[in-house]
Amino acid sequence: MSTQVADAKVEKVSEPLFSKKNRKLLVDPLDGNNPVTVQVLGICSALAVTVQMKPALFMALGLTFVTAFSNLFISFIRNTIPSRIRIIVQLAVVSLWVILVDQLLKAYMYDISKQLSVFVGLIITNCIVMGRLEAFAMANKPWPSLLDGLGNGFGYGIILLAVAFFRELLGSGSLYGYKIIGADSLTGLPYQGNGLMMLPAGACIIVGLLIWAQRARNGYAEDH
Amino acid sequence: MKFLHDILEKQRPAFEKGGKLEKYFYAFEALETFMFTPATTAPAKGAHIRDAIDLKRMMMTVVIAMLPPLLFGIWNIGNLHYLALGQADATFMAKVMIGLQQSLPIIIVAYTAGALVEVPFALIRKHPINEGFLVTGMLIPLVMPPDIPLWQVALATIFAILVAKEVFGGTGMNILNVALTARAFLYFAYPTDISGTKVWTFLDGGKPIDGFSGATALGVVAERSTQISEAKSDFAGQAVAALADKTYAWMPDLFSFESMFIGTIPGSIGETSTLACLLGALILIATGVGSWKIIVSVFGGAYLTGLLLNGLAVNAYMDLPAHYHLVMGGLAFGAVYMATDPVSAAHTELGKWIYGFLIGVMTIIIRVFNPAYPEGIMLAVLLMNVFAPLIDYYVVQANKNRRLKRATV
Repeated sequence: MSTQVADAKVEKVSEPLFSKKNRKLLVDPLDGNNPVTVQVLGICSALAVTVQMKPALFMALGLTFVTAFSNLFISFIRNTIPSRIRIIVQLAVVSLWVILVDQLLKAYMYDISKQLSVFVGLIITNCIVMGRLEAFAMANKPWPSLLDGLGNGFGYGIILLAVAFFRELLGSGSLYGYKIIGADSLTGLPYQGNGLMMLPAGACIIVGLLIWAQRARNGYAEDH
Repeated sequence: MKFLHDILEKQRPAFEKGGKLEKYFYAFEALETFMFTPATTAPAKGAHIRDAIDLKRMMMTVVIAMLPPLLFGIWNIGNLHYLALGQADATFMAKVMIGLQQSLPIIIVAYTAGALVEVPFALIRKHPINEGFLVTGMLIPLVMPPDIPLWQVALATIFAILVAKEVFGGTGMNILNVALTARAFLYFAYPTDISGTKVWTFLDGGKPIDGFSGATALGVVAERSTQISEAKSDFAGQAVAALADKTYAWMPDLFSFESMFIGTIPGSIGETSTLACLLGALILIATGVGSWKIIVSVFGGAYLTGLLLNGLAVNAYMDLPAHYHLVMGGLAFGAVYMATDPVSAAHTELGKWIYGFLIGVMTIIIRVFNPAYPEGIMLAVLLMNVFAPLIDYYVVQANKNRRLKRATV
């Protein structure tokens, strides 16, 4: 038993920074183990901030930042956290990064901060952040934890941007604030905005269709 | 006919197993069975007795039961069209022609758009093309206003069949009523084209007669109720007075109880006539296709809720006599054709009573207490569609518990 652990340690020390395993941590959450479409976490904010691509992008960046650095810091102190109060410790660390993101947005991008409103503060309760801390950072070394946080943040971001892409395009005929279709737009094609896409229900449907497409492609089936 | 069938039959080998077009067998089969009697018959010996009512016959019965509201709706489009333009002496035929001109394109578009989704899915999933879509394709036009843009009909149909039906596995697997999903989609996506006062009467760009208003009965009552609440004046009897006030030179007693019952009022194509819906209900009940328990309990739930609100009335809308609720808006249409959808309704007998009753209750509550949605039956049916499996679950559990108790004593 003890020799095995020692062996594993030796192996890990010599592991390159972007070994196959580490790359997997970064890439897996983008598709096969996506936090939103496969684990169905973080749905609340995915429905709330995806009316336009711009707030969605900054929300995704904010969450990636928070997840990555919370993962990193929790991983640093993982062996000193008493397991009975670990959730409180995790929350304290996460809230540090959340406040940092919130203040940065308020200082430099006030409009976006207004649009994202309470959802930046709510990153602290985002299941993805807490889930990664519990499931990964508490049991892994700092570097893989950082990669895992980045990967999951990007996985969340991809879905957020995809949903926002369809919602903004179908709902108001624009992309990232630029009018693409409809009257007085770049192309001038006639288009009537779809009101359903402006409602959270529209996001729910888009997320559902994305999950459908992804599962059809990957051949994933729910266990019964 | 025989010679047409022969031509079709000659193509059969190409579509059968091993044939060149084997992939498209189900498209071929659908074409043949829609148009001709299927070639499969019971063998001379050893046939079991089978009921003639298969899925196809059941769906055709529903389509036939939808004819009264459809025919009345076609006439009503023309009738309101000429009344609004001040040509009250238009002939019956002229009215019907206008109605056909407006409603046939909607029906054709709904069927075509439905087929565009249904046929590829049948071919991919290798199952016969289901007849459920005949009913859906007819229900969708009936819940649309006569003035609806055709591209919206197509979009809503595609959306509804895709998201409400095919996602869940096709005919018989849907949780929500497909036709109402199409309507709800339009209602939230393009609200200006399916609500308000402008869309319920087909004007063909003509200038309406002086004093014309295209508001529906529900809209009229809601508006008056808001006015009175704001003015804080006495509301007793004001709801009925608001309806009775709509007596115009072009249409005396537009919203009298009788005309609302017969259906000569603005509204979606098929929903206006309570009488026609009841005729359809007779067909559905007589053939056993629709559940009379659901129909009766929807009306019952709506009526009792109306009575309850009368007793507690604090505004003009709550004061509206309960029996008016039964003939206004789409309650009758929803009760007869939407709530009874055998797939999305509750399946247990007791469950049907609960399901229908709650639809009635919800409809009136949405109508009276939610000013944003003048009509409640659509949302009420969709909501109870979601709850139907839960109702069934508890009815079955209750039965199990009862029997268990009896067994262990």
